[in-house]
Amino acid sequence: MTLFIAILILAITGLIAVFTKPKGGAVTAFALVPAGVAAWISSQLMRLEPGEMLTTSYPWFEPLGASLDFRLDGFSGMMALLVTGVGALIVVYASGYLKGHPEMGRFLLLLFGFMAAMLGVVVADNLILLFVFWELTGITSYLLIGFEHEKADVRKKALQALLVTGTAGLALLAGLVMLGQVAGTWRISEMLEAGDVVRASSLYPAITILVMLGAMAKSAQVPLHFWLPNAMAAPTPVSAFLHSATMVKAGVFLLALFSPILSGTSLWHGTLTVAGAVTLLTGATLGLVQTDLKRILAYTTLAVLGMLTMLIGIGTDLALKSMVVFLLGHALYKAALFMVAGTVDHETGTRDARILGGLRKAMPFTATAAMLAAFSKAGFPPFLGFIGKEYVYKTGTALDSFAPVLVTIALVGNILLFALALKAGWHPFWAKPQHGLKPVSAHEGPITLWGPPLLLAVAGLACGMFPGWVSRALVGPAATIITGVPVETELALWHGFNVPLGLSALTMIGGILVYRSRRLIWLKQDMVESVQGPLSVYERFMTNVVGWAKSSTRSIQTGALRHYVFVVMAATAALMWWKFVRFAGWPEWSGFEGFAIAPALIGFVVAGSAIMAAVSKSRLHTLLALGVLGLGNALLFLYFSAPDLAITQLLVEALTIVLLVLVLHRLPDIKPKASRWLKFRDVSVSVAMGAGISLLVLKAMQVQMGETISTTLSEWSYPLAHGRNVVNVILVDFRALDTFGEIIVLAIAALGVVALLKRNPEAEKEDSA
Amino acid sequence: MTTHSFLLSRMARVILPWMVALSLIVFYRGHHLPGGGFIGGLLGAMGFVLIALGDGANAARRALHFEPVTLLTVGLSLALLAGLVGLLFGPSFLSGMWLPAFSLPLLGEVHLGTPLLFDAGVFLTVMGFSLKVVFALKEVDS
Repeated sequence: MTLFIAILILAITGLIAVFTKPKGGAVTAFALVPAGVAAWISSQLMRLEPGEMLTTSYPWFEPLGASLDFRLDGFSGMMALLVTGVGALIVVYASGYLKGHPEMGRFLLLLFGFMAAMLGVVVADNLILLFVFWELTGITSYLLIGFEHEKADVRKKALQALLVTGTAGLALLAGLVMLGQVAGTWRISEMLEAGDVVRASSLYPAITILVMLGAMAKSAQVPLHFWLPNAMAAPTPVSAFLHSATMVKAGVFLLALFSPILSGTSLWHGTLTVAGAVTLLTGATLGLVQTDLKRILAYTTLAVLGMLTMLIGIGTDLALKSMVVFLLGHALYKAALFMVAGTVDHETGTRDARILGGLRKAMPFTATAAMLAAFSKAGFPPFLGFIGKEYVYKTGTALDSFAPVLVTIALVGNILLFALALKAGWHPFWAKPQHGLKPVSAHEGPITLWGPPLLLAVAGLACGMFPGWVSRALVGPAATIITGVPVETELALWHGFNVPLGLSALTMIGGILVYRSRRLIWLKQDMVESVQGPLSVYERFMTNVVGWAKSSTRSIQTGALRHYVFVVMAATAALMWWKFVRFAGWPEWSGFEGFAIAPALIGFVVAGSAIMAAVSKSRLHTLLALGVLGLGNALLFLYFSAPDLAITQLLVEALTIVLLVLVLHRLPDIKPKASRWLKFRDVSVSVAMGAGISLLVLKAMQVQMGETISTTLSEWSYPLAHGRNVVNVILVDFRALDTFGEIIVLAIAALGVVALLKRNPEAEKEDSA
Repeated sequence: MTTHSFLLSRMARVILPWMVALSLIVFYRGHHLPGGGFIGGLLGAMGFVLIALGDGANAARRALHFEPVTLLTVGLSLALLAGLVGLLFGPSFLSGMWLPAFSLPLLGEVHLGTPLLFDAGVFLTVMGFSLKVVFALKEVDS
């Protein structure tokens, strides 16, 4: 349960933040919570042997297979550390970046809510629970991306992220449900053994496609990638968190998690390798023409996600191990670079790479952080990024098939990533400033702005300097879980002169060349951006959906009460008559048995007043007739000894009269010239409805499906409920839940009446016109 | 409608306390005899409806001392509370829980329990609903 408590603590911290509305240093202090959780997780991880799993379980909703199962192993532990560790730094950074923001409380609530959900995703050991957390990350990230919700553009982009990942999330749900049924368990840790059963199942292709779809949308694989660059509408701390260590990694995490269960077929390996490779090249190429620092980084994130997916697709032990190294390295440097971009924006007021330059003197600490992170990203030794890149090349060259193709793709991707790294992390600080921007106007931000990225960048360097430690503590255990077999864990910087080293050198040369020609490439931006991509498909689709919703609403919701009543009555009558005719269930004529003169007379009056109400030309007459009808009904109730009903009927009748008197003079005249056809239609529906109900009542008296409950209820009334009025006892005790629902409806109806009456005067005018 | 009926205005004031008393009696006796929260609530509203008709919604509001929405809120909360007592101390949500019976002068044997509390919730909700609607319509009217 402790893992669950950790998740709850994060969520509750968010709630505390929203109620206490912290300011200044108090915000920074909130970082202590995720930092504490991270420390606790690492203490747990240290006790784990490689390949060992720490599982806890707590019943939740057993009949549906949903229980609170949690699991901490090498891989989920590493992810959990990234989520909480980077999360803590993000909180510190945000305390500087959003300093004095009036909605700091809301921001922290969303951020901590997202962190809790993300932690849940990586440690959940139950398919249902995993999905719940998965969707929670979707919703909280939607709210985070749309944090500046006053801007229509931001709202639109946030919705885009939600719709793309959320729709694919439904596919994932279907996939997970099938997976759970085929595997016969909802626990992921137990499922790892059931890989053969799953692969042999006829549902395997469906499961795999659906799961891949959900994961690939979350991890922004082409052609579902377009939401990610647009999600840059979020405040920078959010981008730094969502697009480095968390949200977009959830998809990769899921693929890696299910890799032991679903991999081994050409469907899995082929799809993921191709989608990953395409995403890698698309992301890196589109990134080249970007000039906004954050968008450059967004596209490199795309490229890296493609690389990770490709590695999972390749699926050899070495590939999966490279994936882990690359993932770890990326989380560290990407978060740092995003923060740097935000700091630059914060202190200079622009993120345009064409204008920025020469900031190193004004912002020495930020520049250092940027340089270290960029070098790791570019893959210079001795950074972690270098080791990641080496491993990718090692994976590629060790392949039996397609080695030249994949190595070439990786090489091109890495060259572009190298250039982009320099563009995002080197160029703003070391290049000559252009367009007369005075870098002196820029100044170093507070420590909260440069501390976190510097720490992350140094961590990337330290991991590269001590590869043995990293591989023992993080990479080895994680890779062991994904591959399912103990992995040779030694990472090293130096492997001697071999092909990967040569490829690394080639990457650097190519990268520097591309970087040097950056200003030429920027000129092509408009040309590349004008290409119609999946985004335009999405937008056309959305326009059509909204248009269809509008037109269907207009045709169904006419706003005229007559229309609604007609539809309800006609549909009910049709169903009743269909039942009678189709099943010939006509009530039998039971003769004049039990005939009495008094109720017959009352009934005659009631029927007569009903007809009067219908044919009257004046509203007042109709009202009078309806009043007689109501009173007649009350008399009938009395005659058949139902005093409660009779009293209620009388009172409601009186109240109705009062209400009608109040509005009578405001109602329009009864339509004087309803067309013949309209009259015919309304009369037919009324007759069908009235006759149908009469038949139904007669029928109901003849059909006895089970023992009548009225006698039992009367018998129970006093001994069980201490009440002699069985009607009241039924209302407030036996069927109190029904009554509870009814009084809630009453309250809602009262609010509805008020809302209807307090419309704006403009609409009122239109109506009466 | 600016017509003001002196008769209605005066009579409503005279009738009001009697209507309220009657509604409470009907409410209380409901468990054994015809009556209860629903009927009681409607009766309780009637007295104030008369004032609203005679002197307008604001006068009725002043006589009521509460906003109708407050009645709705309190009513729903009482009903919920009655349900929660059953959930916390009894077998399930809304199951009836009773205090031991005791005797009072005038009322005779008194048997208090959550169904009565629930019925009080119904009483207030129905009263709040009726008054809210009447007041709202009356205000549109004037």
